[in-house]
Amino acid sequence: MEGIVGYGVYIPRYRIKTEEIARVWGNDGESVKKGLMIGEKAVAGIDEDAATIAVEAARNALSRAEISAKEIGAIYVGSESHPYTVKPTATIVAEAVDATPELTAADFEFACKAGTAAMQAVLALVKSGMVKYGLAIGSDTAQGAPGDPLEYTAAGGGAAYIIGKNNPLATIEATYSFTTDTPDFWRREGQPYPRHGGRFTGLPAYFKHVSSAAKGLMDSLGKGPEDFDFAVFHQPNGKFPRVVAKKLGFEKEQFEAGILVDRIGNTYSGSSILGLAKVLDIAKPGQKILLTSFGSGAGSDAFSLVVEDSIEEKRPLAPLVEDYISDKVYIDYAIYVKLRKKIRV
Amino acid sequence: MSIPRFWRNIKSRYDLIGKQCKSCKSIYFPPRNFCPKCRRIGELEDYKLKGKGEVVTYTIIRTPPDGFDMVSPYIMGIVELEEGPMLTTQIVDADVNEIYIGMPVERVFRKIGEDGDAGLIYYGYKFRPAPKEE
Repeated sequence: MEGIVGYGVYIPRYRIKTEEIARVWGNDGESVKKGLMIGEKAVAGIDEDAATIAVEAARNALSRAEISAKEIGAIYVGSESHPYTVKPTATIVAEAVDATPELTAADFEFACKAGTAAMQAVLALVKSGMVKYGLAIGSDTAQGAPGDPLEYTAAGGGAAYIIGKNNPLATIEATYSFTTDTPDFWRREGQPYPRHGGRFTGLPAYFKHVSSAAKGLMDSLGKGPEDFDFAVFHQPNGKFPRVVAKKLGFEKEQFEAGILVDRIGNTYSGSSILGLAKVLDIAKPGQKILLTSFGSGAGSDAFSLVVEDSIEEKRPLAPLVEDYISDKVYIDYAIYVKLRKKIRV
Repeated sequence: MSIPRFWRNIKSRYDLIGKQCKSCKSIYFPPRNFCPKCRRIGELEDYKLKGKGEVVTYTIIRTPPDGFDMVSPYIMGIVELEEGPMLTTQIVDADVNEIYIGMPVERVFRKIGEDGDAGLIYYGYKFRPAPKEE
């Protein structure tokens, strides 16, 4: 059965604390921290972008997959911070992992769920037999305007998944999507920072789509929350995934393992699939995982996965999510604006 | 740098692909067109380097050239790869005070530079301190 044959992540090492951002904008750091349930976020270095993060994650995924990159027939990179508006990130990744030239490649964009949309597309290519292996990546260096509440959460990071039929470390049992036109968050062409509907967009956007997709998938499989060992959700802040998980009937033990937003922020296209990687880092063969992403605009993709025996031998072949989370250097707001190019020289 | 001059070298810059001489087995990086040891009898083929090595020497750039103002101070080093070849590279994710000769390093994929706001972005290898072996 088709599934994940290799996964890899990358999280930049710079961190800025919520209190430090709050200090600059005259907000109460403690109450912001409590409200968002985010203590610090990951910030990409000055020479990093969605492409370099994608490449590092893809190389880690290849180490675990133990396949030749030339066997990859499709590379799709999901991001809302592609370095070029016209010119694919996917070709940069393809060249950097030596998968060229016999493959198809494209960039995906769907706010924070472009990574899972890419996973569905390569899964379909593998299922149909069009490609042997497909590489799907979600990678972002998310933007937040100075002083915007998004600045507390918009972070850098990414995850890569190689999907194929041979010896998967986790099989993908089913996938289900729920999509509507709900303009809760957007960025217009040529604009450096996104805009959003602000308060009250949680219910009609995040909660409606995430719970509908998760429920839809479970109903189609005749399963309930009790049939899963882990549930992973998109994490725009620490509150939303916990609230939606409880609403759906999941217990703390099922959803806490996949939450990392409190320590790295919202990595947008990387968010839910970094959570999945964190769970794969600890899961045992036979355990079942529910993954549900969310992308503003709006839509959710849900996946049902079963962890297979080969997880044990493949897991040590690349760094774990915790390795990247713990390798960190704190920066202040002045260095942060320099790294994020919010000042010009 | 002209755009074709950059993309002709993408294989070696992105993925550390050098050359190996089929007759004497010497490995070259950056790639060479012919083996200086075997001359006419040598035949070179692509050779992918693993990207692990150690710092042979380094310098710290505090007065950067144009386009690198935001990066300074930064470390430029010569790294000897496990397979033998030496290359000049920026060493990142290391504090200028913690770099030392003999430091184990590994390659990483980063932006090398860009042609202003509208021009091409140049990607390639840099090196960073390697995690300690367990």
